Amino acid sequence: MISAPVFFTYLAVMAGVTYLIRMIPLVLCRKKITNRFIRSFLHYIPYAVLGAMTFPAIFTSTSFVASAIAGLITAAVLAYFEKGLLLVSASACGAVLVCELILINSGVAV
Amino acid sequence: MKTNNSFFKGIKDGIPICLGYLSVAFAFGIFAVSSGLTVWQSVLISMANVTSAGQLAGVPIITLGLPLAEMALTQFVINLRYALMSISLSQKLDSNVRLIDRFLISFLNTDEIFAVASGNEGTVGRRYLYGLILTPFIGWTSGTLIGAVAGNILPSVVTSALGIAIYAMFIAIVIPPAKKNSAIAGVAILSVALNCIISYVPVFDGISGGMAIIICAVISSAVFSVIRPVKEETE
Repeated sequence: MISAPVFFTYLAVMAGVTYLIRMIPLVLCRKKITNRFIRSFLHYIPYAVLGAMTFPAIFTSTSFVASAIAGLITAAVLAYFEKGLLLVSASACGAVLVCELILINSGVAV
Repeated sequence: MKTNNSFFKGIKDGIPICLGYLSVAFAFGIFAVSSGLTVWQSVLISMANVTSAGQLAGVPIITLGLPLAEMALTQFVINLRYALMSISLSQKLDSNVRLIDRFLISFLNTDEIFAVASGNEGTVGRRYLYGLILTPFIGWTSGTLIGAVAGNILPSVVTSALGIAIYAMFIAIVIPPAKKNSAIAGVAILSVALNCIISYVPVFDGISGGMAIIICAVISSAVFSVIRPVKEETE
């Protein structure tokens, strides 16, 4: 068991560093950036971050690669038809659930 | 320019994040308790940090009693991507976002909240942002609590299915703009390709997941900023 003072010291360092990284840029960057390269860079960065966060991690986000692929295809098709975030997300979860139940009940996976 | 400033729209957009967080935080709760922390220590870590990778890396540092400097350095490296996201988000904020709002909102500037905020057309206002951070925070905290208290009660098919929620949401954010703008599609595809190389080629084993995302995102965004700089009117 870790004592309370030791735990809270670690917690303060951990949370403090994490918060400062998030807070300082948001508080300091209060003007519109005019440099065209930097504007373009900041315009593109969310999509680049999202891409790298999704692949390849999505394939190991569920119990089986097959169910992850079922969820991925479901999400991609619904997203292509521009459905909302909640519908896309819930449908992908549903596809994973159905796929895993089929895999388990058919004895392909345990 | 269009402004999104509805609290309820924010809450609604936060629900898929909340769903995804439930499962990730649930897994964190199980991990933290099995590592030797108490239920309330696990929940406090989630409430104070709200970051999956950083928390997973931080728990062993606490339980093994490693130096505080190592804690600081680990969190810095894993979470540096948030600095990039905060700079990008700063350009997306409506003029009704006050200084005090920036201090509060930045606390919850997670990958997913940043992503959803960025996916809006036009600027985002303070009411929308407060709605957007509320449900994910509740999901993250309660997920940790449930995982820490009752880790093995939910059937594994349910936790497995929830595991894809966040990634499906990312896909829903990227595909619609990528359909209309080939540069956005290109940025995302290049970043995915780079991250797959870093993940699967053994030479890059020493690069942490958080660092890999920074490297891939910076390279692909820089490349496309040079070859396809955005025009003023399309911003």
